[in-house]
Amino acid sequence: MGLKPKVPGLVKGLGVTFNTMMKTFTEGAATVQYPHEKEAPPVRARGVIALREDNCTSCMLCARSCPDWCIYIEGHKELAPPRRAGGAPRKVNKLDRFDIDYALCMYCGICVEVCPFDALFWSPEYEYSEPHIADLLHDKTKLGEWMETVPEAPELEVGADKKGKK
Amino acid sequence: MLAVTIPYWGQTLLRVLGGIVAVLLPAGAIVYLFLFKMMSFMQSRLGPMEAGPYGSMQLFAEVGKWLQKEDIMPARADKYIFRAAPLIVLVSTFLLVAVVPFGPDAYFTNFEVGVFYMLAVGSVSTLGILVAGWASANKYSLLGGLRAAGQLIAYELPMVLAVVGVIIQAGTMNLQAIVVKQNSDEIFGLDWIGNPYILTQFIGFAVFMIAVQAELTQTPFDMPIAESELVSGYMTEYSGFRFLMFFIAEFATAGVFSLIASALFLGGWGVPFAWFGWDGVDEISNWMNIVGPIIMISKMMLLAFIIMWVRFSYPRFREDQLQRFAWKVLIPVSLVNIMITAILKVAF
Repeated sequence: MGLKPKVPGLVKGLGVTFNTMMKTFTEGAATVQYPHEKEAPPVRARGVIALREDNCTSCMLCARSCPDWCIYIEGHKELAPPRRAGGAPRKVNKLDRFDIDYALCMYCGICVEVCPFDALFWSPEYEYSEPHIADLLHDKTKLGEWMETVPEAPELEVGADKKGKK
Repeated sequence: MLAVTIPYWGQTLLRVLGGIVAVLLPAGAIVYLFLFKMMSFMQSRLGPMEAGPYGSMQLFAEVGKWLQKEDIMPARADKYIFRAAPLIVLVSTFLLVAVVPFGPDAYFTNFEVGVFYMLAVGSVSTLGILVAGWASANKYSLLGGLRAAGQLIAYELPMVLAVVGVIIQAGTMNLQAIVVKQNSDEIFGLDWIGNPYILTQFIGFAVFMIAVQAELTQTPFDMPIAESELVSGYMTEYSGFRFLMFFIAEFATAGVFSLIASALFLGGWGVPFAWFGWDGVDEISNWMNIVGPIIMISKMMLLAFIIMWVRFSYPRFREDQLQRFAWKVLIPVSLVNIMITAILKVAF
């Protein structure tokens, strides 16, 4: 190790750039030519927040925990037929409006964390830019479409499941 | 010699057109090949790919973009000087190419004191840059202009002194004669390689190239433009076509200085005359007027490659390091080089 002649740093620096150039020639660039080819985002990428409308009870936890106040929820209660014959009719929360303003959202993911009914999910979808800032306010149909892009949750790591539960 | 006689006005027109081609073609080639492509490849990316095949039309797109931009001038700027400054810088580049020989008959002027003229005209751009910084009425521009003046004057000296070694060895200041001498001489009794002065004047060559790097304010020496601290220095207030002129001048000067360096140190347009049994410049075949420019341009591209390679690899010098390097290292080294050359010239 110590016996090697010391290469001056200036020459070494030239070597680094030259080798990178040759490597780009032979093996191709480290970048991707974006509109023509796309990089696959990682599974847990925070691209956009998708909504599973059936699970939402309009409990407002997400809206209240949002640091930017970018979630708007409106809902009303409806009577649904009883589960058993002769029972009282059930009260069900129906969602009228669930909007997320992505011009305000800072992708902290607190809403996804806080949702007790698994209604909000992270999707790696990222191509939803708009020419007008107001168009970034997306309603529940659009958020529902993004549910299709949500990947399967990866397997838990070994030992990650709770002890004593079974 | 050419078979047809061209009238004087025709020759003048041809020279002007040739000069424009000789300045703009290398500048375009350097910008596309080195600034766009080589720098990208050195950073493991592809660079412009959309305009034309492999982005080869990118340059025209850029020029079109710059031409559309609004021509902004600060309210307190010195208007006439502000307008004249980019022209001064660009014109000095065009004047520089006048002395570069491209072949036995392919030259613009056959100047007896070509080297002297080259060094004198080359420093005119310093004036343009200083004036641009002063006339912009902007503190960043002024600082950039002053830094540029200090740096360009400091590195003008080692450049002159490095060339003196070549002049002593060649015994002439005519660039054409220097090229002929390099190709007709012999070194250590071997005549198949000629005597390119890079072999005997290697110190001079190294000092010259470092000084050229500084003259062009390319990266280890880009204190005057230092975009991260001075917002591009003397170019801060320039936009649109005026900025484009500075930009062209920067890379055209890189090309022209590479041409001059290849004429001074690398044997210029010539091939060693011994290959074909030529004895002097008059015996050279006519086809060298075609092959000569090609040889010259390829040598220029090699030197421009080195300039750009260094530019993309090194970080910036600090102002005091930069001055110390010029005055305490380069100038003494080139003075010693002159002394040794003179002693050897007298001795042999």
